Amino acid sequence: MKKLFLILLMGWIMIPGFTQSIFKYKKLPAVDIQDIKGSPFNTSEITNDGKPIIIDFWATWCKPCVRELTSISDVYDDWVKETGVKLYAVSVDNSRSVSLVAPLVNGKAWDYTVLLDVNSDFKRAMNVGLIPQTFLLNGKGEVVWQHTSFAEGDELLLIDLVRKLIKGEDISSPDPGNSK
Amino acid sequence: MKKNQNFFWGLITTLFLFPSIATAQDLIKGSEVHGNTQLDAIYYLPDAKLGITDTTLDGRLIRMNGYTEVNYTLGNFTAGMRFEAYLPPLLGYDAKNEGLGVPYWYVNYKNEFLEVTAGNFYEQFGYGMMLRTYQEWTLGFDNSIRGLRVKVTPIKGITFKGVYGIQRFYWDPYNNNTRGIVKGFDADFYLNDIFPSMADSKVKLTLGGSFVSNFQKDKTKDYAAGNQILVMKLPQNVANYGGRFNLNIGDFNWFAEYAHKVNDPSSVNKYIYKDGNGVFTSLSYSTKGLGLSLMSKWIDNMSYKSDRTITNNMVDINYLPAITKEHTYALATMYPYATQAKGEIGISGTVTFHLKKNSALGGKTGMTIAANFSQVNSIIRNPVNDIDTVGQPGTLGYKTKVFGIGNEVYYQDANLEITKKFSKKWKGIFTYLYQTYNKWIVEAHALPDGSTTVYAQIGVADVTWNITKKHSLRGELQGLWTKQDKGNWVAGLVEFTIAPQWFFSVQDQYNYGNPTTALRLHYFLFSAGYTYNSTRVALSYGRQREGVICVGGVCRYVPASSGFTLTLTSSF
Repeated sequence: MKKLFLILLMGWIMIPGFTQSIFKYKKLPAVDIQDIKGSPFNTSEITNDGKPIIIDFWATWCKPCVRELTSISDVYDDWVKETGVKLYAVSVDNSRSVSLVAPLVNGKAWDYTVLLDVNSDFKRAMNVGLIPQTFLLNGKGEVVWQHTSFAEGDELLLIDLVRKLIKGEDISSPDPGNSK
Repeated sequence: MKKNQNFFWGLITTLFLFPSIATAQDLIKGSEVHGNTQLDAIYYLPDAKLGITDTTLDGRLIRMNGYTEVNYTLGNFTAGMRFEAYLPPLLGYDAKNEGLGVPYWYVNYKNEFLEVTAGNFYEQFGYGMMLRTYQEWTLGFDNSIRGLRVKVTPIKGITFKGVYGIQRFYWDPYNNNTRGIVKGFDADFYLNDIFPSMADSKVKLTLGGSFVSNFQKDKTKDYAAGNQILVMKLPQNVANYGGRFNLNIGDFNWFAEYAHKVNDPSSVNKYIYKDGNGVFTSLSYSTKGLGLSLMSKWIDNMSYKSDRTITNNMVDINYLPAITKEHTYALATMYPYATQAKGEIGISGTVTFHLKKNSALGGKTGMTIAANFSQVNSIIRNPVNDIDTVGQPGTLGYKTKVFGIGNEVYYQDANLEITKKFSKKWKGIFTYLYQTYNKWIVEAHALPDGSTTVYAQIGVADVTWNITKKHSLRGELQGLWTKQDKGNWVAGLVEFTIAPQWFFSVQDQYNYGNPTTALRLHYFLFSAGYTYNSTRVALSYGRQREGVICVGGVCRYVPASSGFTLTLTSSF
């Protein structure tokens, strides 16, 4: 009897909890970092007028990260025109290389909104282990997808998901094998 | 009795559970659970040519480092913990890591005015020369403070931070002054937010200052100097303080930090009583298509630890960034630089520019060129008087001049990197480096012929072919040429990826120029990996060469090994 009650109790609490998924970022953590000019920036200010947002954790010394952002950069103008998506490139360069971020971003003529996370506070709050790691947020600011590492062609899956998002399709568990 | 029990549980259900289920569900609705995990496991195989035998492996064939971190958020509250296990630690990690447990846990409350953390925390004051705690898994580095951290934002633009606690030292519990107690205070002012008149100014200015103190309860120390024993009086409180600014005007940015540390005799500085100083500054200019950066630093006796007897990477309170470029290609990481906390002076300059599409030099697809130069030298050290030698324990050690450049070159690196897209399907990165590496200073051992410095030229061609939208092939060809150390190397890599899930690679590093013929070895490595969203599994088989892994100027030695490696990472 006691066990039954406990099981029922657990069930009552857990099932609705899990179906609403406590593992979803419903709101980004509010962390104090900096914008590319070194001015304070709180991550709760990451917004895009109800349109999708991409957050990409990278660093100047991370080759796959720079490759990913370079590949996206080639098509970023078209992405923005088509979907209105906005990419925040969060650099986790520490004080050793933080002053190389703006020269690299401008040197490569990237058009992203770049943020500086010099002691990895935002990276930690988003539970990022390895970089590059990419998060896709819907218009409500909820994280609907995340991906680690980069292979050439990953950017095509990403923009496909953005297109699905603006059409209102559910992409919470995309089948990675079926992306075109 | 049974009936009573049933009645009891029934009563609980009606009176207590039903209303509370609603609350519990609300609680769960409002809460989030996230985390991440990594597992690195190696099955070591004997490899006679690398000198690895059953005896050296000592039966501990399988080794594993792993962690899982879980964070729970509810409204303004966050709580989290990290479980770590080293059973036993991978070769190259300190044996003191062996064990398992929860070295990191915290509870945090945050609103717009106040943030309080109890437990372990990571914090950085300014650019880190006075205080920085962080974690770097690949280095096995974690200097988190366990204690209390308070952050107050009285008005927008002003931040005060206070920290108090003891640092992690492997698994050693803290009791009765086994290591120091760290206290720190930091103030940060962003003038553009404080003064409404500056809100829209093109000139953006941040000013800040920190004061950090470490208390270690040791009043005296016996120290053997030659054939006599010195009884030294030790400072129990060691302060490190300083200030900083960041000035941004349009395309220009300039920051600087200065730190001063009072006398701090320790095993790193061989128990000298000299005060320490440090300056770190960077000036950069960038506009679309062009980026310039110039960095400089001066470090004099700035090692600052919460236990003066420790000489390795543990219990660092401050962070002294290396300003040399961080390389990632296999052969370009053969001679990586590590910050010399005892003293060094360095400069570094970087130019990045982008040649537009359809321009004379940029061609049809454009091209990016990045050039970087850095050099680090010793600082001037003169005897303090006619009797004592430079660095004599128990004395002031030496006299120096701020920004006085010493004769000894610790490191020099000149490199050029060209990124070129040839067509929609082909692109490449071509790198050339010339490095001067003082092995005696960085690794504390001389070269086989007794000399100290390695001069190496390194070339890397990295070409990617996008076969289809999802399939790509990447190849690397690398060469390292030097007359010193282990001589010439050549390396190659072929990597095939199927986006977004699979990768397969084969690589080899071949030390064809080793002066000892028997050591002219191949280091083959076969790898495959699978990624599903934020989960990644990789398996590799082959040889790992001996080397030094560095992140941010902090390094870890990795011995040569042979075997199977499994890496699993996931975040949720």
